[in-house]
Amino acid sequence: MAARFDIWSTLTEPLVRQNPVTLQILGICSALAVTTSLATALTMSVSLTVVLTLSAILISLIRRHIPETIRLIVQIVIVASLVIVIDQVLQAYFAGISRALSIYVGLITTNCLVLGRTEAYARHNAPFPAAVDAFGNGLGYSLILLFIGGLRELFGRGQLFGWQVLPPADAGGWFTPLGLMLLAPSAFFLLGGLVWAIRSFQPAQVEAPEHTPPADARSVE
Amino acid sequence: MADPDRNPWRRFLALPNESRTKTLVMAFLVSAVCGLMVSGATVLLRPIQTANRAAEEQARIEALVRGIPGMAALLEQSGGALSTVVIDIEEGRAAQDVTTATLEATLADTGNWTTLDAGVDIAGLGQRPDYAQIFLLRTGDAISLVLLPLTGQGYGGRIDAILALEGDLNTIAGIAITGHSETPGLGGRIEDPSWQASFPGTAIRDDTGDLRFNVARADASGPYQVDGITGATRTGRGVSNMVRFWLGPEGYGPLIRAIERGEF
Repeated sequence: MAARFDIWSTLTEPLVRQNPVTLQILGICSALAVTTSLATALTMSVSLTVVLTLSAILISLIRRHIPETIRLIVQIVIVASLVIVIDQVLQAYFAGISRALSIYVGLITTNCLVLGRTEAYARHNAPFPAAVDAFGNGLGYSLILLFIGGLRELFGRGQLFGWQVLPPADAGGWFTPLGLMLLAPSAFFLLGGLVWAIRSFQPAQVEAPEHTPPADARSVE
Repeated sequence: MADPDRNPWRRFLALPNESRTKTLVMAFLVSAVCGLMVSGATVLLRPIQTANRAAEEQARIEALVRGIPGMAALLEQSGGALSTVVIDIEEGRAAQDVTTATLEATLADTGNWTTLDAGVDIAGLGQRPDYAQIFLLRTGDAISLVLLPLTGQGYGGRIDAILALEGDLNTIAGIAITGHSETPGLGGRIEDPSWQASFPGTAIRDDTGDLRFNVARADASGPYQVDGITGATRTGRGVSNMVRFWLGPEGYGPLIRAIERGEF
């Protein structure tokens, strides 16, 4: 099993082809909430990647001894504790950003992405592959967050990482900030557009329709 | 007899995962380790976090004072005479034996808190400290700005704020929210400078001395109102009650009268 483990593909698969956000539509809630600026998106990405990787390692270490009946609780407890630790570290060393992220760091616990990876992968694999898989998925999530965060900050404020990139109209430039970009709906639009774009390049990701319209509905046309 | 079962740890690990003992012990072990991790992080990092919060508060107070139009210039002019005083709230004068340094220790003693009756407790506090640290900005001998810390009950929890009053003690010069747990995006917008911008110039009392200040349901109408926040009526009411309580007789009322009498 270890012999067939391919680090590179485990690491890069979740970036686009198996991206947890755009393919599996996991972790959407936080992806929408923290992407109003690149700085918050980056902090959230790093926090989630760290939590995900550490929890994958821990769970993988004790995977042979997790009783089946309480396995979800055990995993959630580990994830939640790591999240609290990360939150405390952020509050201590990155007070400003921690304030901007408010409750969303705490909500990493409920991010389906973390439990999804530990449940599906870390529980059945050795610590190293589990760590690589978790890190790859963290990167996949970060990629989407940074992309959406970058677009929203650029068009919403004309800035990137707080630097004025596009000269705003009220300071003599030409750029009028799109206030909509900073509101939640625009994150849905961007994410939807992104999923659509990725799936048109990778038709394999398109899901089979769950329902087929009744035959007589067509005959009416 | 080479017995591997001698070692209780190994014997425990060899138990089938589904056994009741192993389930219970695993649950206990995981919780214990996680508990240690969380409390360790909290305890180790608390001093840094406290320092951060104190620095943040200091920076906020300065930003608040400097953000008020003309105040930055005024601060320069008066040589930055921003002083801090611990006051006895009920007496409305400077506290005799409590200083800025001992304030925290004093307030840790529940004997230095006053329980509020339900009738007067409009800010939903339950009890109120007997001492508070306020900030005064003087131009020459006259007080040009008074900064008062406020606490109130919002929708999601406690709201901490600092209210700046102009020298006439009836005009709000600005507000800074120093802590809250309102819903991000709704009540959380009390942190926004755009909302706080409706405070400066608002009057608190009318000519007869009645407390008229409140947060409007929507846009402010009249000189005693500030704008409300859509979707955060209860946060608005919380801020309203907070300001009304603290500027009333149970709050800084005695202090305000003392300043008016020129005792500071």
